[in-house]
Amino acid sequence: MGAKPLLEARGLLKSFGGVVAVNHVDLDIHRGEILALIGPNGAGKTTMFNLISGTHRVDRGEIFFAGEDITYLRPSEVAAQGIVRTFQNLQIFGNMTVLENVMVGCHLHGKAGFFASALRLPGTAVEETRIRQRGMEFLEKVGLADQADQPAVSLPFGQQRMVELARSLAVNPKLLLLDEPAAGLTRVEAEELDRLICQVRDDGVTIFLVEHDMNLVMGIADRVMVVQYGTKIAEGTPAEVQANTAVIQAYLGADWHQEPKSRQPAEVENA
Amino acid sequence: MLNQIRRTPNLLALIIVSAALAVLPLTTQNNYILTIFILVGQFTIITVGLSLLMGYAGQISLGQATFYGIGAYTMAILSARFELSPWLSLLAGVILAAAVAYLVGLLIFRLHGHYLAMATLGMNVILFLILTQEVEWTGGPSGFRGVPDLSLGSFTFSSDLHYYYLMWFFTLIVIALSLNIVNSRVGRAMRALHTSEVAAEAVGIDTNAFKLKVFALSAAYGGLAGGLHATYLGFMSPGSFTINVSIELVVMAVVGGLASVWGAMFGAGAVLAIEQYLRTAIKSLIPNASGEHEIIAFGLILMLIMIFMPQGLFAGLVTAVRQRRTVFRKP
Ligand SMILES: Nc1ncnc2c1ncn2[C@@H]1O[C@H](COP(=O)(O)OP(=O)(O)OP(=O)(O)O)[C@@H](O)[C@H]1O
Ligand SMILES: [Mg+2]
Repeated sequence: MGAKPLLEARGLLKSFGGVVAVNHVDLDIHRGEILALIGPNGAGKTTMFNLISGTHRVDRGEIFFAGEDITYLRPSEVAAQGIVRTFQNLQIFGNMTVLENVMVGCHLHGKAGFFASALRLPGTAVEETRIRQRGMEFLEKVGLADQADQPAVSLPFGQQRMVELARSLAVNPKLLLLDEPAAGLTRVEAEELDRLICQVRDDGVTIFLVEHDMNLVMGIADRVMVVQYGTKIAEGTPAEVQANTAVIQAYLGADWHQEPKSRQPAEVENA
Repeated sequence: MLNQIRRTPNLLALIIVSAALAVLPLTTQNNYILTIFILVGQFTIITVGLSLLMGYAGQISLGQATFYGIGAYTMAILSARFELSPWLSLLAGVILAAAVAYLVGLLIFRLHGHYLAMATLGMNVILFLILTQEVEWTGGPSGFRGVPDLSLGSFTFSSDLHYYYLMWFFTLIVIALSLNIVNSRVGRAMRALHTSEVAAEAVGIDTNAFKLKVFALSAAYGGLAGGLHATYLGFMSPGSFTINVSIELVVMAVVGGLASVWGAMFGAGAVLAIEQYLRTAIKSLIPNASGEHEIIAFGLILMLIMIFMPQGLFAGLVTAVRQRRTVFRKP
């Protein structure tokens, strides 16, 4: 791992009123790895995502991606740099079909603006066909090609998560941020998801994954980082982290689930 | 060709509507009908813009009459005072309206929801003050007279019939362009940011830039309608560009069914038709009726439409027709 990390964050700090959600956290994400971020409810995992993706402004600290300072970029600019995120509370475009949702993910792969679209300038039809095909490719990847023309909201929850994943992949990310992607999935769906995540990694996408429950990521993560009360308490391989006393104490102290939890929709409600 | 039309229902609809509008004047000698239709075309242009802004991009404007007014007075002042070609004056009004929207948008799209509504209202109030106070330029409260007619070569648009065709020529162009926009990459981005700004941003859509551009486009439509209004009547006064008119425009967009380009036309048509109808109907029912009776009846009708067709008139009628059809198909 001598190479420079793909993403480097130094001294990230973010507080909301009196709550320090992220407290001086350093973070390295290496090219091609699956890094898992785990921690109890309210540990600051989602806030870390919000800081990296530009959804929230950092109070202090800096973030570098592929050597570029992205600390103060707007979310759409961060996406254009190649960092794409999903949302803990699923964000699907309910007024569109499944395919259209993924086509929105192809936004950066088209150019047609208001003028060209209004006048249907030559090239816009070609571009539209290309975007449609690209959308279908990613639907095939997540196994939803046969649902392409269904309204996105008509799909069961697990499939909607897959639509969101396909939409994110369609952007062509270098770094994919997944916020509790397995929450609310059935065991079968979660296994399918793990397989997909590994496949995406093998295609060359670096993955940063938030998970509430440590046991769920042990199988697929190359490295694990543990946060509690906004502070990083451990980082290492899954085996190292599981053996770490601070982590064990956090597990016992913070009422974490020791047993692998069933992945049932109950979790969605507090998502 | 036929196949292509079948695959693109909007093209078919455009052809049918154009044909119907083209023959309409041949079926009536009634000038009143023509003037109403000119008004419907004119308000359709603005309402289509509002429908893109509110229904697609999810941004509220309670000051759309501002751009209508900017278009009208730019047309009037440039062509009458500066004797600029009426066509260029019309174009200038469109550009100025869009530019003002862009600049105002830069300031107000940091605001959300009610604040945006308030800010656009404020913009309308300012325009009204300028129109009534700057008497030297605008003619003040008593209005502006003597806006020249448009002409093509030696042909001058002078009668209601001429303006009927001219107005609907522009209205149909606006509808066609807007349909194209809605069914494109840009249209998808607008619908996306309407549902979830964070999700739209997450896939690289610059939501602020899109809001600004849609706002400017809707203003350009408003400016166009204003310019045409000015040259058609040859006269106008600030009363045509008040907050009341802005609200009426929102009503048209909502009645039509916000996220629908065709709906905008139905909304404008329905609202104007109801208003005209009430004006005569109420008089014959209650001989000494005042304007308030009209407003009450209008409000009641709006409430009924929204209760029974919450998706708006257009979607409501489409569903009704579909249900009819399936009923008929059953043996
Ligand atoms: N927008 C916000 N405004 C105010 N407080 C916030 C905001 N976002 C997060 N917080 C607070 O910051 C802390 C960290 O929240 P965060 O959502 O990052 O936790 P998390 O680790 O993702 O938890 P969970 O497992 O429940 O998703 C919490 O105390 C939360 O209440
Ligand atoms: Mg979270």
